[in-house]
Amino acid sequence: MSLDRTTVRAIANLARIAVPDEDLDHLAGELSNILTFVEDLSSADTDGIEPMSSVAAMSLPMRDDVVTDGGYADKVLANAPGGATEGFFTVPKVVE
Amino acid sequence: MSDPTTLGIADALRLLADGEISAVELTRAHIERMEAGRALNAFITETPDLALAQAKESDTRRTRGEEGRLDGIPLGIKDLFCTEGVQTSAASAILKGFVPPYESTVTANLKAAGTVMLGKLNLDEFAMGSANVTSHFGPVENPWKRRSDKNAKLVPGGSSGGSAAAVASGLCMGATGTDTGGSIRQPASFCGIVGIKPTYGRCSRFGVVAFASSLDQPGPMARSVEDCALLLGAMAGHDSKDSTSAPMAVPDFTKALGGSVKGLKVGIPTEYRPDGLNAEVAAIWDRGVEWLKEAGAEPVSISLPATRYALPAYYIIAPAECSSNLARYDGVRFGLRVEGATLDDLYRETRAAGFGAEVRRRILIGTYVLSAGYYDAYYNKAQKVRRLIADDFARAFQNVDVILTPTAPSAAFGIGEKSDDPVTMWLNDIFTIPASLAGLPGLSLPAGLNQDGLPLGLQLIGRPFDEETVFRVAAAMEKAADFTAKPDLFAAGGA
Amino acid sequence: MTYLIEGETGEWELVIGLEVHAQVVSNAKLFSGAATRFGAEPNSQVSFIDAGFPGMLPVINRVCVEQAVRTGLGLKAKINLTSVFARKNYFYADLPQGYQISQYEQPIVGNGTLTIDLADGTSKVIGIERLHLEQDAGKSMHDQHPTRSYIDLNRSGVALMEIVSKPDLRSPEEAGAYIAKLRSILRYLGTCDGNMQEGSLRCDANVSVRPKGSDELRTRCEIKNVNSIRFVQQAIEYEARRHVEVYESGGTIDQETRLFDSSKGETRSMRSKEHAHDYRYFPDPDLLPLVLDPAMVEEIGRSLPELPDEKKDRFVHEYGLSAYDAGVLVAEQASADFFETVAKGRDSKLAANWVMGDFFGALNATGRTVEDPPVSAADLGALIDLIKDGTLSGRLAKDVFALMLETGKAPAVLVEEKGLRQVTDTSAIEAAIDQVMAANPDKVAEIKGGKDKLMGWFVGQVMKATQGKANPAMVNELLANKMKD
Repeated sequence: MSLDRTTVRAIANLARIAVPDEDLDHLAGELSNILTFVEDLSSADTDGIEPMSSVAAMSLPMRDDVVTDGGYADKVLANAPGGATEGFFTVPKVVE
Repeated sequence: MSDPTTLGIADALRLLADGEISAVELTRAHIERMEAGRALNAFITETPDLALAQAKESDTRRTRGEEGRLDGIPLGIKDLFCTEGVQTSAASAILKGFVPPYESTVTANLKAAGTVMLGKLNLDEFAMGSANVTSHFGPVENPWKRRSDKNAKLVPGGSSGGSAAAVASGLCMGATGTDTGGSIRQPASFCGIVGIKPTYGRCSRFGVVAFASSLDQPGPMARSVEDCALLLGAMAGHDSKDSTSAPMAVPDFTKALGGSVKGLKVGIPTEYRPDGLNAEVAAIWDRGVEWLKEAGAEPVSISLPATRYALPAYYIIAPAECSSNLARYDGVRFGLRVEGATLDDLYRETRAAGFGAEVRRRILIGTYVLSAGYYDAYYNKAQKVRRLIADDFARAFQNVDVILTPTAPSAAFGIGEKSDDPVTMWLNDIFTIPASLAGLPGLSLPAGLNQDGLPLGLQLIGRPFDEETVFRVAAAMEKAADFTAKPDLFAAGGA
Repeated sequence: MTYLIEGETGEWELVIGLEVHAQVVSNAKLFSGAATRFGAEPNSQVSFIDAGFPGMLPVINRVCVEQAVRTGLGLKAKINLTSVFARKNYFYADLPQGYQISQYEQPIVGNGTLTIDLADGTSKVIGIERLHLEQDAGKSMHDQHPTRSYIDLNRSGVALMEIVSKPDLRSPEEAGAYIAKLRSILRYLGTCDGNMQEGSLRCDANVSVRPKGSDELRTRCEIKNVNSIRFVQQAIEYEARRHVEVYESGGTIDQETRLFDSSKGETRSMRSKEHAHDYRYFPDPDLLPLVLDPAMVEEIGRSLPELPDEKKDRFVHEYGLSAYDAGVLVAEQASADFFETVAKGRDSKLAANWVMGDFFGALNATGRTVEDPPVSAADLGALIDLIKDGTLSGRLAKDVFALMLETGKAPAVLVEEKGLRQVTDTSAIEAAIDQVMAANPDKVAEIKGGKDKLMGWFVGQVMKATQGKANPAMVNELLANKMKD
């Protein structure tokens, strides 16, 4: 499996990581090597095998419907880069 | 009294109980050691003032008879555990300056047991790495040196490299680590200490910066099996804040120590001895088998046929989960922000500046294998293979009580080596990843030194939630190995 | 009646599917213990989990799960005893984790049905594709600052049920009836308050068109987040006409997400959703499969209230109401309950007429609600009793009802106070009739000559002479007798 520059750029965009054009070829090479490395999987016989998304042999625990958290806007906002504004996080204006 | 920084935790607890040393004295000795060992770069953040304050409180508790079971023991905390009021960076530029307003469950449990926090330990960025060379705060140095080249700086392994180096060189009595594919066991092996990745679900992941949620598991690292058993007992336990935490009682792991291994069946997987296995690693493995035989255990050859697929499966599953887990580092609510003209620019520039090369690589691979059209071929296939691997172990454990393997395919290597090709670096975890995928407990203990004077570890893998058998066998092997070698602690730092 | 758009080239049929996001009624959020109350100070109902802080983990709220099951049962749908939460990955300012925890391949509720009632009295069964549980996002505000958007995460993590219909709807009217019925069922079940203004019920409409008689499915456009039934209908109509125009001018429709601008009555392409999305769904490794205890599902099934369709059927059979009247009365549980209290042991048709006529009129006029009525069901029932026992005529009853609204007093009290008791004394009525006849001999002669139409005029005059208190039936009967003499 070999990835080209265009695909790497598309993946980087999906992951929201700016990649300078001059890095694309190198990165495409690295990622292609990795994909070649994992290619071996295709030879595993997995017919009729259920995918395993967790090793925990239990079902989902549930909690009671009680308000036990929140009510600390100051703490939620304390790490906001550049500080919060009027109790809000802010980002560059989004046009919908 | 001997140097307090060479004490084991159990010994220190006895001295504290007998009033022969105070928590403040013990802590002060470690703070001095921590400062002297700075050349190792094991700590990202030192918290000596906090440590002394905690030690004073510990001494007070002890005079009142209110001490916890590890009261006064100074520990290092991997900087992946969120600690209230103390920067938690995950060794990444993207979290530089992030001060959590909350505490991880594991560190809260340790606090409740009375331990003292000396500081936050270096690691590979977001725990992604096997050599602790991807940290934004610089590489950690292994305190061990090659006999043949005392100047070469060696890696401590990773990702819990700061933890391993600090414990090995006496900067702290024990440390927390986390293990996703070998991040406790492999550095333990490289630094000649003991480390255990417990069964998935044994220790809470709440408040631990996530790398790959279905694999991540906190565990202790210390200089003896007994110390690890003590630490794990304090760290573990069901946590209703982690939906994958096992609702199981935590046994007193120290009770398993010293028990006989007579009649125990020890699985020796043939697939872990590939052509070209390092001869010294093979030899130390054979020696381990002999020790167990001598102690009355019975080695049994077993087959884990899906082993060859473990690494590729892991390097699909872990990056896929990481690509999603690391989406929250976006410059909006905490951590680094690089302003942009648009929201997407802000995301792209923040994440480009904040993530290092290895993290970026894994996010991109993970994004790719989950993307439309590739999910079945990669992610879903890897999850199926994961079940094959888990099934292999389940079958093997019908006949054996524990499995013995090498921990890593080599001893510690030089900083800068194996850095050219990520895949070569990944091969470090070839023996640890299968147990991670299956969620099984795995312990590494030092078994001896190679020709060049570097420690080599052996790994014991147990049944789910049967850490007790693992500890029992480990204690027997520890006794047989009689590993007393110590690193040239501060050779590089000149302390 | 089939709804079609008349184009230049022929008639076009609409194919509509609706995705309704219904906020689950619960105290705390789906995966955190933060509160869900509407209208709190910004970021005050946010836990570190909702804000996507490092190391935070989700733990599911049992009541939210039960509410989804309850809703599924109310939609006569299959409950999946095992369902799986998946992450839907995308970046947006109000999505702190960088993914939404939702359900993808294995939702908690599968196929179901919903019967809609149309204005022409017919009903139509609409398929429900699925219902799944997911987290809501926070709120972005774009109008607070010239260059910045503000983010409030109070809503982040609140439980939503996404209820997806099959593409069975064929007109704006059907779409409106679907939302109205779904809202009604959700409110009966108590699983969603249905408040569209506050955003606790939001609707995305998938719209496409096809030539009449065709069974193809053409490219659809998704109109996002429309917040009233009327707007959904307008948006669908606008969008369908746009498709017809594009096709008829030789163009093609691109699959895209669009926004409805209610001030212009138009839909437009959403700039922020320009990029083709690739959500990279995968099972959330922080959560395990949700496995339901069949006993719990049965228990919820047993506790379901009577739902609008069943109640409507019962009203038709038990009370002899028309399907239309029954439909109006059951739309809201409170109206249905009010009606039943009024109708119990009484003439049910009379009760229905009063509830739907004067009482609903009074709600409109006073701005009150059935939950907080200006006249209690007991008083309205007592008023009907007074009609039945002859104390009041229908006309007098209307006067008394007006006084009840005004004073809040019980009808019997008002009858006594105001002397509004109906006159049923034969001699008194006869006296009034004699008086009117004596005053109008010419008209009497005309009636006797066969001009029956004048009888109504005479009844009116007699009622007037008795200040409306005479029993109208008796007036009619006695008058007829007198005229025969």
